[in-house]
Amino acid sequence: MIRLRDISKTYGGGPPALGPVNLAIEDRELAVLVGPSGCGKSTMLSLVNRLIEPSAGRIEIDGVDMALCDPVQLRRHIGFVFQDIGLFPHLTVAENIEITPGLLGWRRTDIDSRVLDLLKLVRLDPSHYAGRLPHELSGGEQQRVGIARALAARPKIMLMDEPFGALDPLVRDELGSEYRSIHDQLGITTILVTHDMTEAMLLADRIVVMRSGEIVQNGTPQALLDRPADSFVQSMIDTPRRRANQLAQMFGEAP
Amino acid sequence: MSGNAFAAALALLPDYLGQHVVLSASAVLLGSAISLPLAIAASRSRRLGGPVLAIASIVQTIPGLALLALFYPLLLVASNVTVALLGWRIPALGFLPALLALTLYSMLPILRNTVAGLSGIDPAVKTAARAVGMTSRQSLTMVELPLAAPVIMAGIRISAVWVIGTATLSTPVGQTSLGNYIFTGLQTENWAFVLFGCVAAASLALVVDRLLAIAETGFSRRSRKRLIAALGGILIVIAASLYPLVTMDVAEVTIGAKNFEEQYTLSALLADRLHKAGFRTARRADLGSTVVFRALASGEIDTYVDYSGTIWANEMHRTDSPGRKPVLMQVAQWLRTTRGITALGSLGFENAYVLSMRSDRAKTLGIRTLADLAVYAPNLTIGGDYEFFSRPEWKSMVNSYGLNFARQRTYQPTFMYRAVRDGDVDVIAAFSTDGRIAQYDLRLLADPKSALPPYDAMLLVSGKRAGDVRFLAALKPLIGKINLSAMQQANLMVDRDKRTPEEAAHWLAGRIVR
Repeated sequence: MIRLRDISKTYGGGPPALGPVNLAIEDRELAVLVGPSGCGKSTMLSLVNRLIEPSAGRIEIDGVDMALCDPVQLRRHIGFVFQDIGLFPHLTVAENIEITPGLLGWRRTDIDSRVLDLLKLVRLDPSHYAGRLPHELSGGEQQRVGIARALAARPKIMLMDEPFGALDPLVRDELGSEYRSIHDQLGITTILVTHDMTEAMLLADRIVVMRSGEIVQNGTPQALLDRPADSFVQSMIDTPRRRANQLAQMFGEAP
Repeated sequence: MSGNAFAAALALLPDYLGQHVVLSASAVLLGSAISLPLAIAASRSRRLGGPVLAIASIVQTIPGLALLALFYPLLLVASNVTVALLGWRIPALGFLPALLALTLYSMLPILRNTVAGLSGIDPAVKTAARAVGMTSRQSLTMVELPLAAPVIMAGIRISAVWVIGTATLSTPVGQTSLGNYIFTGLQTENWAFVLFGCVAAASLALVVDRLLAIAETGFSRRSRKRLIAALGGILIVIAASLYPLVTMDVAEVTIGAKNFEEQYTLSALLADRLHKAGFRTARRADLGSTVVFRALASGEIDTYVDYSGTIWANEMHRTDSPGRKPVLMQVAQWLRTTRGITALGSLGFENAYVLSMRSDRAKTLGIRTLADLAVYAPNLTIGGDYEFFSRPEWKSMVNSYGLNFARQRTYQPTFMYRAVRDGDVDVIAAFSTDGRIAQYDLRLLADPKSALPPYDAMLLVSGKRAGDVRFLAALKPLIGKINLSAMQQANLMVDRDKRTPEEAAHWLAGRIVR
């Protein structure tokens, strides 16, 4: 279980960019943080693997205070996927994927078979992709490699910051649903950040709606649909609902 | 003649090129070794980055020659300190000052490109390096430096080309380089030599530039083949230039020379006699009067020819002029007691500073002496070599006769004679042994008040050779054997007939045997 206790983050002397917030995410859950730009959702994500340090409060994973861990070791055991992907441009696909196992000192043979398995998992043909450089790949292919790299050292937790935001809509939906099945197959816990409520509805076990550094509502997609906490949540849900209705009218089908 | 000059230049190439390559390669290596860590630190701390780049930029604005010239006095001071503290002398002349100045000079492009290369990396990639669990050092070595490598390599490449060019200026601080062709060629108006030096330095720079360009693309295209080819090429260049230096005998004795023909010829003569006596010799030319004197006092060179009046006025700070014999004796005694230098004696001729004018012009104005000159001086321009106007003899002459010229100009000696011939200046401080006095029909102006001391050519030997019988026996036969007319003729051979100083020295040696 990942538990955020009275976590807040303040930059400079200004008002807090985040919190104080409290949040608990169960094992094997896929939790989606959703909200407009600047609501603090990416900050919250980066606090979990200590890319950013909190100003106050603490984060516990399975009851252990993360402030007591070595942050470098912590990051090697938590997968992280970026919107801008951040593949190392001077390394091949295989070299990118094997970075974290390499840092952890895995044996060469274990690393090689792990790279093969991961490429297959993200549906990239190893013989075709392993030796290529990132700039030779499409955006969607690059993010498949990004996901494989994050999963390489068998993390129990994955953090994903707008992972599909830069991709075209077709690829985005495809990769989203593929990731959902990878998540279930591996039995990991995922926190995913997005500003797209439709994506959140389609992927999440739990949706955490945020605004101005605070959690507005925290519940299952069904709970949000049934009982939106306020007009802000209502309007965020209305957007996908309105779209669905528009589409239904165009095609003449009942929603 | 030009074939002859080419052959003479080619014979010197292994030594000059070898020393040039060793010097340039050492400077670039040392410069990279200092600049890379400094640039990495600078790119991680804004407080350090600004000042480091600012200082490097200032160093770059100092002319290369000035930077080289500055290290000589600095090392002289350091040398005195180490002698006092450790009883051991760091050399102020030659390789060390040249290396230090060129190292400083090499640093800016490497610093600037390394900082630019590191700060130009996509922040997303740097965040990714942290997120996958790299430490700050791993991020630097596994991600940032490899990504910045082509830009850093481009900096090293610029630096290497600059250093190879600037290294030609290290000749006057006593370090042999391809610049020896240029300095000697300029002085003796041997344009084939100057051209040879330019082409050699430019070719070296071009080859190194190409090889480092291959390394640069090797980094950017991740081509190990290119990197190996470039590294191999550089190693071959260095090894090929080092080979003659390694196989060449290490010099036992070093002969100094100032920066004019007579000194080149005399140093060639001394070198030849010592060589025949079984010594392995090396020559260092184009040194300033004070530089060469200090080098002899500290034992960095073993022997050279100086002029009694130069030491009398510049080192002993005497302004009187008691005559040739007393000056010779007092200078010799002063050298032995205060500097541990042995004066073997006078070669037999005097090479004085003499103010001279074109004969026709002197006749028209009716000028025969410095007293006559003083009347016309306010309307005349005087030319001198680089040292002349800062020497005490000039001040004493000015004071004795009340000389007050309209303008004064400094020249490389060769160009000074041309300037007076062509009427660019009216009066020059000529050397009395110079063949061009006769060639250009110059009138030597008399010095009735003896404002200038006599300038007998003295053969000086450093303290460490004072007891070396074989060494002294090789040089002693020269004492009193070179008269004024012989020296003038030898100088004219070089000036007018474009013979090499070695040929002139050979001719002089023949006169001595008879």
